[in-house]
Amino acid sequence: MDVVVLFLQNMRLIFDKSKRVMELVCPAGSLPALKAAVDNGASAVYVGFKDETNARHFSGLNFKEAKVQSALSYARSKGVKLFVAVNTYSQPDGWKKWQKAVDIASDVGVDALICADIGVLDYATQNHPGLNLHLSVQGSGTNSASLSFYKDNFNIKRAVLPRVLSLKQVAQVAKKSPVDLEVFAFGSLCIMAEGRCYLSSYLTDQSPNTCGACSPAEFVRWQETDRGLESRLNEVLIDRYGEGEKAGYPTLCKGRFDIDGQVSNVLEEPTSLNTIGLLPDLDAMGIKAVKIEGRQRSPVYVEQVVKVWRQAIDDYQRNPDNFKVKKQWSKALAKVSEGAQTTLGAYSRSWQ
Amino acid sequence: MKVSLGPILFFWPKQKVFDFYEKMLDTSVDTIYLGETVCSKRRELSTADWLDLAERLAESGKEVVVSSLALLMAESELSTLRSICEKAPVKVEANDISAVQVLSEKGLPFVCGPSTNIYNARTLKLMQEKGAVRWVMPVELSGHCLQTILQQAQEMGFADKIETEVFSYGHLPLAYSARCFTARHLDLPKDNCKFSCIDYPEGILVKSQEQQKLFNLNGTQTQSSDIYNLLAQKNEMKSMGVDVLRVSPLVEGTEQIIERFKSEDVSNENSIPLNDEFCNGYWYAKPGMDTVFESDLI
Repeated sequence: MDVVVLFLQNMRLIFDKSKRVMELVCPAGSLPALKAAVDNGASAVYVGFKDETNARHFSGLNFKEAKVQSALSYARSKGVKLFVAVNTYSQPDGWKKWQKAVDIASDVGVDALICADIGVLDYATQNHPGLNLHLSVQGSGTNSASLSFYKDNFNIKRAVLPRVLSLKQVAQVAKKSPVDLEVFAFGSLCIMAEGRCYLSSYLTDQSPNTCGACSPAEFVRWQETDRGLESRLNEVLIDRYGEGEKAGYPTLCKGRFDIDGQVSNVLEEPTSLNTIGLLPDLDAMGIKAVKIEGRQRSPVYVEQVVKVWRQAIDDYQRNPDNFKVKKQWSKALAKVSEGAQTTLGAYSRSWQ
Repeated sequence: MKVSLGPILFFWPKQKVFDFYEKMLDTSVDTIYLGETVCSKRRELSTADWLDLAERLAESGKEVVVSSLALLMAESELSTLRSICEKAPVKVEANDISAVQVLSEKGLPFVCGPSTNIYNARTLKLMQEKGAVRWVMPVELSGHCLQTILQQAQEMGFADKIETEVFSYGHLPLAYSARCFTARHLDLPKDNCKFSCIDYPEGILVKSQEQQKLFNLNGTQTQSSDIYNLLAQKNEMKSMGVDVLRVSPLVEGTEQIIERFKSEDVSNENSIPLNDEFCNGYWYAKPGMDTVFESDLI
């Protein structure tokens, strides 16, 4: 009898473990980046169309309909899933674009559609009931009651949590969440609740919600002056760099501004999120997937980051009780980080 | 047109809050929104205090609405939200989808606040079906967008079932964060913030290194430094079918602003002259910080 019990317990352990295999969700802004993600260990790759229906609407980036088909074929041939993000907010004049993006994603047969706008989610639910829907980070679902709304009304299967929650808060949400959770693991750090930030449109008229762009490149101007190298966004001075200072893209929340004559990074320093050391905690909470940010980044970035994270997840899953962050991982990730710095961001209470 | 007073976005001492609303009762404001929408650590007034105040003010005959928190990140904040929705003697303004969920489950009518992200008529219709009786347009949307949404609401046959409110005067709420920028400015950890935002009754001004005014820090909320001012667009809004104009509280002069918005006389003498202290760019689908003068439009 004892043997049977032991056997059943072991089976449950194995079953629990297999259930807990954490997905690595990776970004691709082009077919070469997608291949880099697939070849280096992504469990799923997420992409967007070539228009403002997704939150990385940058020129030269993203996929046309036919390219999505090739992306899907390539990913599927290697056992990797393809997600499509239609995760900006549809404005009334452009509704057809969002509708078409959902239709194409459904026709192509993507593994998941990542949406934020309630109208878009409603359209997808009504017209393509078979679509597997994820709530985008842009949907700003930061608590279990909000996630229940999306589950009850649109039957979403997964939600990507905004980068505003502390680790303890992620655990709280995970405990009561009616859907699987995906969290940001690495990449550019949004310090504002996603889907609730209009700083970019205040300066440029384009925001992540309306146009899929934050601090858009067409408004950026660099200028060498006597006072140093200046970066501007729609003519507003975002930062000024002295000799030897490393200049970064003028994302406006990472600029140096003036309060009462004191100049500093009032909102945030140029830095990237890196949660590799939190893998055991996230797994223990039952987080289903970790997400790498960076559809706007190069295939080389994708390759390097995905490779490190694949090694880390595999290492962890082989030996969960003795997981240690390897020096070479941190070094490799720091190289591709903004300002060559990384942070735990809001996951760490002290950051807040 | 009705004029509403938005929730106080800043952290003021209890007595100052009470005195402020006493004064508001003497104005011709139609609707008063009140409650903590920015940071759950601000407890000069407890939830019970806010609900009592709502009840008291409602006796004046003015419409009173309790506004709920915009960014809910902790279980304790959800509990407060549930308690507000359960006990509020008046309607609740949902500023997060969690509030829409709780209120619609209870079958209660509610207002969709400016941070509930209603960008199109399809979303608006769904909210109306859930129980929304009024919505506030996201501040970054333009007049043209609003007009189109309202036209589509007509075509879809639900326009008369929901009122439209526009944030028309005050510092624009632009972003919410887990991080407290007031504490950061003072080099204090958030967990020991000493409630220092109480020392900044209208926020902390952030300028560029060239002294261009940009933002206003209000704890975890980032606002526009300029005051958004749509007084000149009042008639245009009226013809579109906007029902309520929202004025956001400031320490001084809120009563006068309310009267100017309420007045039928929109002649130049009664208007608040636009200058660079004001912005209205969003209304014209331009950068929010822009000031568009009527003469620019001709």
